Amino acid sequence: MGLMDKHAVIEKNATLLLVGSLLVVTIGGIVEIAPLFYLDNTIEKVEGMRPYSPLELAGRNIYVREGCYLCHSQMIRPFRDEVERYGHYSLAAESMYDHPFQWGSKRTGPDLARVGDRYSNEWHVQHLVDPRSVVPESIMPSYAFLKEMPIEVKDFSTHLIANSRVGVPYSDDMIASANADLMAQADPNIDPSGLEARYPKAKLGDFDGNPQQVSEMDALVAYLQMLGTLVDFKNYDEAAGYR
Amino acid sequence: MTYNFMRAFADTWGLLAMALFFVGCITFALRPGSRTRADEAAQIPLKDD
Amino acid sequence: MKFGTEIVLLSLFAFAALVAAGFGVDEPFRQHMWVLFFAVAGFTAILLRNTEFKPAVPIDPAAFMDGPIRYGAVATVFWGVVGMLVGVVIALQLAYPDLSVEPWFNFGRLRPLHTSGVVFAFGGNALLCTSLYVVQRTCRARLFGGNLAWFVFWGYQLFIVMAATGYLLGITESREYAEPEWYVDLWLTMVWVAYLVLFLGTILKRREPHIYVANWFYLSFIVTIAMLHVINNLSMPVSFVGSKSYSAFSGVQDALTQWWYGHNAVGFFLTAGFLGMMYYFVPKQANRPVYSYRLSIIHFWALIFLYIWAGPHHLHYTALPDWAQTLGMAFSIMLWMPSWGGMINGLMTLSGAWDKLRTDPIIRMMVMAIAFYGMSTFEGPMMSIKAVNSLSHYTDWTIGHVHSGALGWVGMISFGAIYFMVPKLWNRERLYSLRLVNWHFWLATLGIVVYAAVMWVSGVMQGLMWREYDEQGFLVFSFAETVAAMHLYYIMRAIGGAMYLSGALIMAWNVTMTILGYQREEKPMPRPIAAVRPARSGARKWA
Repeated sequence: MGLMDKHAVIEKNATLLLVGSLLVVTIGGIVEIAPLFYLDNTIEKVEGMRPYSPLELAGRNIYVREGCYLCHSQMIRPFRDEVERYGHYSLAAESMYDHPFQWGSKRTGPDLARVGDRYSNEWHVQHLVDPRSVVPESIMPSYAFLKEMPIEVKDFSTHLIANSRVGVPYSDDMIASANADLMAQADPNIDPSGLEARYPKAKLGDFDGNPQQVSEMDALVAYLQMLGTLVDFKNYDEAAGYR
Repeated sequence: MTYNFMRAFADTWGLLAMALFFVGCITFALRPGSRTRADEAAQIPLKDD
Repeated sequence: MKFGTEIVLLSLFAFAALVAAGFGVDEPFRQHMWVLFFAVAGFTAILLRNTEFKPAVPIDPAAFMDGPIRYGAVATVFWGVVGMLVGVVIALQLAYPDLSVEPWFNFGRLRPLHTSGVVFAFGGNALLCTSLYVVQRTCRARLFGGNLAWFVFWGYQLFIVMAATGYLLGITESREYAEPEWYVDLWLTMVWVAYLVLFLGTILKRREPHIYVANWFYLSFIVTIAMLHVINNLSMPVSFVGSKSYSAFSGVQDALTQWWYGHNAVGFFLTAGFLGMMYYFVPKQANRPVYSYRLSIIHFWALIFLYIWAGPHHLHYTALPDWAQTLGMAFSIMLWMPSWGGMINGLMTLSGAWDKLRTDPIIRMMVMAIAFYGMSTFEGPMMSIKAVNSLSHYTDWTIGHVHSGALGWVGMISFGAIYFMVPKLWNRERLYSLRLVNWHFWLATLGIVVYAAVMWVSGVMQGLMWREYDEQGFLVFSFAETVAAMHLYYIMRAIGGAMYLSGALIMAWNVTMTILGYQREEKPMPRPIAAVRPARSGARKWA
């Protein structure tokens, strides 16, 4: 059989066709994705990145649950207008503990990668309850129900364990004190020293203005308030970070 | 394996392999002997229900 | 006993759902398991009512198995209407935000319902039923595996119901087009493997020496989606009786894996599969073989090889390394060529029969689909150029692009296939009404044109407003001002979508009446003019 007749074999042999097309479609993925896992310069070395505190993680899960990423990106591109509007362009390191990533693909609303510390807690709560009362042009839905929903804590350490299994460096200490840390961050009456040691720069406070319970609103605002605040760009070496 | 090695590989052997694969595909599909077979196969949907 | 094993297994399944509803660690999971319980228990009850104890009638192994295809055609139309309706609702929510009803019907929960509804429910059922229709007829073989096709059909519907109700309850991974949580993903994996076995098994027992090219496209779609789905959805559940899981990958790696998946959901689900449809139904409806079978082979290999590389163009100028972005861009641009090769092949199949374009609204629908395929496969590579992408990314332009592909290509070719199959599947002489097909065609076409044009204008405007500076070097617009500027466009977009939806409703009516056996008395569509009509072109079946 001549070489030229080989394709006829593929044309008539379903298994070969299956294997052949599977091989062909694997190449692109391997070449593009695999190197990201072992090329050292994929993620730059920065100071300040740490895993999410339990309350922040709970807030992030609400962000994920409500599909916020469908309208808000968390990825500032290195353009003059974006850097002026939102702050320093996003670094790969800043989403290194994000399972899943929430970079988004659409800006129906503004980018949130560095929304932390930009507004007060009260503003966030008011904005989530009734967006058009603070931004008349806003087309965001209301999330008032978050205020009424107590956070379902149960054994929050299971969430930290699941994260550590996929590579987030939660220590045994962090896992053991997950529930306590979660409450301590939203309740000003609890001593936060352990929390602050484990999660530097964690924002403390009664975020939703209701000291009676730790609500989903507390968690979500705690998450929003820390977004983009971990890396100190005064110490960031642009040249070393260039890839 | 470093970025530079992979970049050099992609620019040379990788590129060559892909070009050959492409030419191979075209040759296989358009080789002179394939016309009758292709015409046969093209008639399959029209035969009957 | 008919359905004996099925009833036992389904009862156990329902019981397991009940147990999970009792022991679930989070409230959404418990609610979701109640949904599962009622769905499975209800289905079991239906089987119980239809069971029989007399020996089963032997099946003619030479006859085609069209039952699941009939159900699939109905499901395609049904989910199409549902998915497009949700689309119109969320379009209106963007224009009138007070239409969001928290928490279940907020934009963020309805939007995945819309995308999954049209892509996986409407598109998926269209692919499922046409692939099983095509593979039997081009292989001259009955579907492989007895009731396997029924498992695939009903299993897929269960996936849709679980995914859709999950979104409303807030159960989502929030990774675009891969939103369902881990247990729904696992279920889909099982169904999908069964689908692969069903399809491949049928090809293996064919009584035709060649494997027709449409089956290549279907096969590569099935196997590639299996690979993408499994790898992209690797995740770590918090509990085996809980809804939450954490993606196996993080940050950059997660982003690229996700868009490798996401772009090839477009490339293989919405393109390769529907090209299989094109390569069968266009020749059938035009009653002439595909323009160049050999071109279709090149089209196939080039398309599946190149598509898989294109994912990184969704991540231009992000924290993804530059080399990956550039690679993605280069392959996206190359992809233009096989795409247009396929378009030419589809269009030229009509060469010598162009008069049918005037007389046959189904052909017209298919040709419009191919035209939109060509348009969006030009627009896509253009938008993947980094300079263009820097403007278009994050704006409505992307939404417009997706819809010209989804409404124009995927929607129109599916409608054409449905209109072709339905009279044949139910042994009707013709469709209820060709004039209604014509109405559907025009409503859909105008709807897409309005939609795409509006989104193009609003997207470009949005991108330009974001980056506009005054002469003193200050940004001119606050973000809120750019949102306000979108209002009118969002209303017009909803109108375009509503036109498209009304076309789909007309189709639902037409298909229902055809299935029920009615024929509308109407003036025939314009006949070909005798002078330009070749003498032997043959009578059209529906004339």
